[in-house]
Amino acid sequence: MDLSRFTKVSDYEWRVEPFGKMRVPAVIYASEALLREMDEKVFEQVTNVATLPGIVKASYAMPDAHWGYGFPIGGVAAFDPEAGGVVSAGGVGFDISCGVRTLTTGLTVADVEPMKKALADILFARIPAGVGSTGSVHLSMEEMDAMLEGGARWAVSRGFGTEADLERIEERGMMAGARPEEVSQQAKKRQRDEVGTLGSGNHYLEVQRVAEIYHPHIAAAFGLKVGDVVVSIHCGSRGLGHQIGTEFLRSMALAAKEYGIELPDRELACAPIRSDIGQRYLGAMRAAINCALANRQVITHLAREAFATLFPQARLDLIYDVSHNTCKVEEHEVDGRSRKLYVHRKGATRAFGPGRPDLPEAFRHVGQPVLIGGSMGTASYVLAGREESEHHAWGSACHGAGRSMSRIQATKRWRGRDIIEALAVRGIEIRAPSLRGVAEEAPGAYKDVSAVVDAADRAGLAHKVAKLTPLVCIKG
Amino acid sequence: MPEARWEHFTHGADIGVRGIGPTLEAAFEQAALALAAVICDPARVARKDSVEVAVSAPDVELLLVDWLNAIVYEMATRHMVFSGFQVAISGEQLAGTLWGETVDVVRHQPAVEVKGATYTELKVYRNAQGEWVAQCVVDV
Repeated sequence: MDLSRFTKVSDYEWRVEPFGKMRVPAVIYASEALLREMDEKVFEQVTNVATLPGIVKASYAMPDAHWGYGFPIGGVAAFDPEAGGVVSAGGVGFDISCGVRTLTTGLTVADVEPMKKALADILFARIPAGVGSTGSVHLSMEEMDAMLEGGARWAVSRGFGTEADLERIEERGMMAGARPEEVSQQAKKRQRDEVGTLGSGNHYLEVQRVAEIYHPHIAAAFGLKVGDVVVSIHCGSRGLGHQIGTEFLRSMALAAKEYGIELPDRELACAPIRSDIGQRYLGAMRAAINCALANRQVITHLAREAFATLFPQARLDLIYDVSHNTCKVEEHEVDGRSRKLYVHRKGATRAFGPGRPDLPEAFRHVGQPVLIGGSMGTASYVLAGREESEHHAWGSACHGAGRSMSRIQATKRWRGRDIIEALAVRGIEIRAPSLRGVAEEAPGAYKDVSAVVDAADRAGLAHKVAKLTPLVCIKG
Repeated sequence: MPEARWEHFTHGADIGVRGIGPTLEAAFEQAALALAAVICDPARVARKDSVEVAVSAPDVELLLVDWLNAIVYEMATRHMVFSGFQVAISGEQLAGTLWGETVDVVRHQPAVEVKGATYTELKVYRNAQGEWVAQCVVDV
């Protein structure tokens, strides 16, 4: 990335003043090193987003930003319906509500280490992963609608978890305003056998050790201490979300002209919030959020069953469940006035600071957990939203490392078998349905997650709380 | 003129698929083969069963995206992988046939599923040699 086009606001904030058709500035939060490494496409995309109608304050990009579709991955933007604001299918992406949840286990590394291989085997046997895998839950169309309305609440009502889980999920387990009737039959058909499946690509279930604590007070509120074993689940709304993304991207791209919206890129497909198609998309997207929440809840239940066979004393309690690809209506203060904004986070995590009534009471005083996924051999992190973050990017932080190498390059450089063996030497058990999939997801194909997290911390987006390192990884 | 062929091209996080051929239809068929190869090696997939698809779109580029998305949909809902494709295009209409079989994880070793075909790097054109080229990035 050419830095000459930016104004340096601080060591971790870089600003592009509006030019051309930009309505607001673009702001990237990153260290100089991360910014230099970023794809030129991020500049193009973050400035394109700034041209959309009704955008408020700025178009933002997180430290892990990379080339996405329309919006960069790591892009955040808020739109005001009062000002003709839009909702963008491209601003949410294909994997609607893809996200992470992390659970404590009550176990220590000493408990798990001797049983690690058996644990990997049983998790891999019980949790459907990879292309073409189907779950044990097969939904009728009536049950599908109930799931799309109820999210994780639906899953708990069907025996997949407890009421206590719901308190620890964004939106308390159910996104309000879902409209299952706006989800096409095709999208529902794609989901019929996919509830409780991990999917593929960078989706995974990982058993992790708490390796370091940076902020003991917040870590204690989240229930984390060094040497503990936790479980993280990364997946999304599966085929249903992908199909909704595909269909609305197409119809919004065609409809934009009708609404007088000039799209610098077809992937920025959007429509006014106050339009028929905008409202239909919001209803379908919220149903997909519920699908993702239900999916992660069912997988949690399967993980609990797997743990119980080897560790009857284990108790998998949810710390929190966050989504990375969403558009949510939130109250934010703009120029001293509280406004209802449609905040798009694409490859970004909500990171509300302390005091927000939306947060569970147990950690309302320390801020929202921000769960940053790793990649098989690399660390994951737990961060916490801070009050300051709400002044930066609508209370948002990064979501992961972001790729630094294409899948094609990765398969040329590594073989899946070698990666599995190299990670085994480091004490990490990998189970995966495809060796090529492992090569494509090689840890070396990702940016340095620690550098991304440090940048988020120093930019004031979130506090760094804990570092998690992998013991077992079930790859999708 | 060289044979119809397919290739992948680099995208930061995902994969670009490109079909090249003497006709628009051949380019679309080859782009579909490139898509199939994102998931697994088409040489391992037997052409046991066929599936018919029909799509229509206001321009040829959208037609390509719709064609590839129809294949993604059939793969997802039928739990199949494909290795053979035939296309007939008439104006805004495309009729296609896909040949393949039910996915077998051990034998096919599918690496990754495709979420959808995108408008990124979406182009359908004739190159300097007069061949048709049909390409876009697919989200995996």
